[in-house]
Amino acid sequence: MSNTDFVLAVEDLTVSFDGFKAIDNLNLYVDRGELRVVIGPNGAGKTTLLDLICGKTKASTGSIKFKNEEMTRLSEHMIVRAGIGRKFQTPSIYENLSVFKNLEVSFPRGRGVFGALGFKCDDEVRNKVNEVADMIGLTDRLDVESGLLSHGQKQWLEIGMLLMQDPELLMLDEPIAGMSARERELTAELLLRICKNRSVIVIEHDMEFVSRIAHKVTVMHQGKILAEGSMEKVQADPKVIDVYLGH
Amino acid sequence: MNAIKNRVMRGGYGSFVILAFILIVAFPLLMDIFRLNLVGKYLTYGFVAIGLVMLWGYGGVLSLGQGVFFGLGGYAMAMFLKLEASDPVSTAIQSTPGIPDFMDWNQLTELPAWWLPFKSLPLTLIAVIAIPTLLAFIISYAMFKRRVGGVYFAIITQAVALILTVLIIGQQGYTGGVNGMTDLKTLMGWDIRTDSAKYILYFINVGLLLGSIALCRWIQLSKLGTLLLAMRDKEDRVRFSGYDVSMFKVFAFCLAAALSAIGGAMFTLQVGFMSPSFVGIVPSIEMVIFAAIGGRMSLIGAVYGTLLVNFGKTYFSESFPDLWLFLMSALFISVVMVFPNGLAGLYESHVKPRLVRRKSGSGPAKSIETPPKPAATPSTPASDIGLGAKVSNQSA
Repeated sequence: MSNTDFVLAVEDLTVSFDGFKAIDNLNLYVDRGELRVVIGPNGAGKTTLLDLICGKTKASTGSIKFKNEEMTRLSEHMIVRAGIGRKFQTPSIYENLSVFKNLEVSFPRGRGVFGALGFKCDDEVRNKVNEVADMIGLTDRLDVESGLLSHGQKQWLEIGMLLMQDPELLMLDEPIAGMSARERELTAELLLRICKNRSVIVIEHDMEFVSRIAHKVTVMHQGKILAEGSMEKVQADPKVIDVYLGH
Repeated sequence: MNAIKNRVMRGGYGSFVILAFILIVAFPLLMDIFRLNLVGKYLTYGFVAIGLVMLWGYGGVLSLGQGVFFGLGGYAMAMFLKLEASDPVSTAIQSTPGIPDFMDWNQLTELPAWWLPFKSLPLTLIAVIAIPTLLAFIISYAMFKRRVGGVYFAIITQAVALILTVLIIGQQGYTGGVNGMTDLKTLMGWDIRTDSAKYILYFINVGLLLGSIALCRWIQLSKLGTLLLAMRDKEDRVRFSGYDVSMFKVFAFCLAAALSAIGGAMFTLQVGFMSPSFVGIVPSIEMVIFAAIGGRMSLIGAVYGTLLVNFGKTYFSESFPDLWLFLMSALFISVVMVFPNGLAGLYESHVKPRLVRRKSGSGPAKSIETPPKPAATPSTPASDIGLGAKVSNQSA
């Protein structure tokens, strides 16, 4: 397979669980600085696709190239170190650590055992924590135990933990699930701000939210890509309408 | 959970100083050498207990085979002492003088080659730490890289404990078998059976234990300690933040093994023998109970737990030998059911808030700074408020 300018190039990707193909011969290309939203009915394979890219699930066949480097054979932590960040569907933060500690631990230095022993929280780390806390709107909550945050704040904190690592590709699985209207709005602004220097893949159900943030939308169905393009284009696509209304 | 964080935040030097005072000043003044030597023996289990605090409390990995590493450390030390005690003059009546007596009884006519390094004290001291740590590395690397964890890992450590016991007992000619290595006399010509030697060994033991606590404390306060806590909570989040989770668990397991081995070596020196009864499954589980009762999140608490359970064991097994095992299991069950963070957890939730209150008078500003926080409850805000209010009512 030839090299490309895309930040992420997924080609001929297939994964089968006991014969069931959760992802079936899928191709997906994401540009630098692009915010891509993946939509599709339940069981379409959206989360599985993210699992494959970040290495949580191993592909049966096919290739995932990140900046023209093959990712399918790397272990999870090496994929993260290559620059791919992943946010899980339910907020996944360290509940009994403070917000500051949550962010500090995510700083990409001292990642080996002895590196972690010698790690010092210096100005560089503190500045980065403050910068990220400002972005996610948690500046005045840095000392709070993160388990006490509201649901929306927990989601932002997890996004912040990813931003600490400055990933070139950020993958978010339903970031606004369970959020209030106001929180959704703030999240949309946050996503539009953070995709300026990096590519972002978002899985989302809320169409209003999708149309607000998406540069390009990919519709998945039964492990395959059904349609791809601008929001208007895919919404007008008869195949997409059929899948969403016909089921 | 709050208590954990609080303990991480504050240094907790006060309790360290109190423990050091008790061990260095109070016990030697109050006890005769027989009792003090017993305390010294208990404290060797303290090494295992603080290792378990790091491995189980912080790392979330339960090992039911710490006796393996305690035993390996102890045996390495015992081999050196045994060789020194088996000089050709004092073993002249044997058919092969100059080898340990149990080898002679088992018709060995030559010292096995793998015993030779234990003729040298420096090599022995290296082996005390290196052999258990290496074994721990091999076991844990093989398991954690394959994502074996939880109950499965605990069962495997038990199996290792059983295997090692069977091996030691079966290879009587090389290991002394079920009797272990007895009649240990001198260390580089220094008679370890005298009272003065017992005093000196006690203080060396206490020094090493306090040093180990300080080392573990430093690790807890480093990013590695935070990561261990984070891993216990959300392993996937740590993994997907770019950390190789398995290597951190391997480190915690090796650390616990090395600490246990130091304890084992000090045990041999102070008690004067080593046998398979300190290696197997039962002692390994007892060691977990020490840590659990003291508090698996507290290094200091684990030492108190070890002392308390062993004092109890000595007292009750002297007075009511039949009752002891029931009492110990009752104690363990109540730790699991009622106070999961052990004695240290009880202290954090019940004693400390009162002390803080008394110290600060009725000044509200200070009590906000360190609000009463129950350690034994999960970190749901509701129960925090509920219990906190209860405590403050009691003390009002």
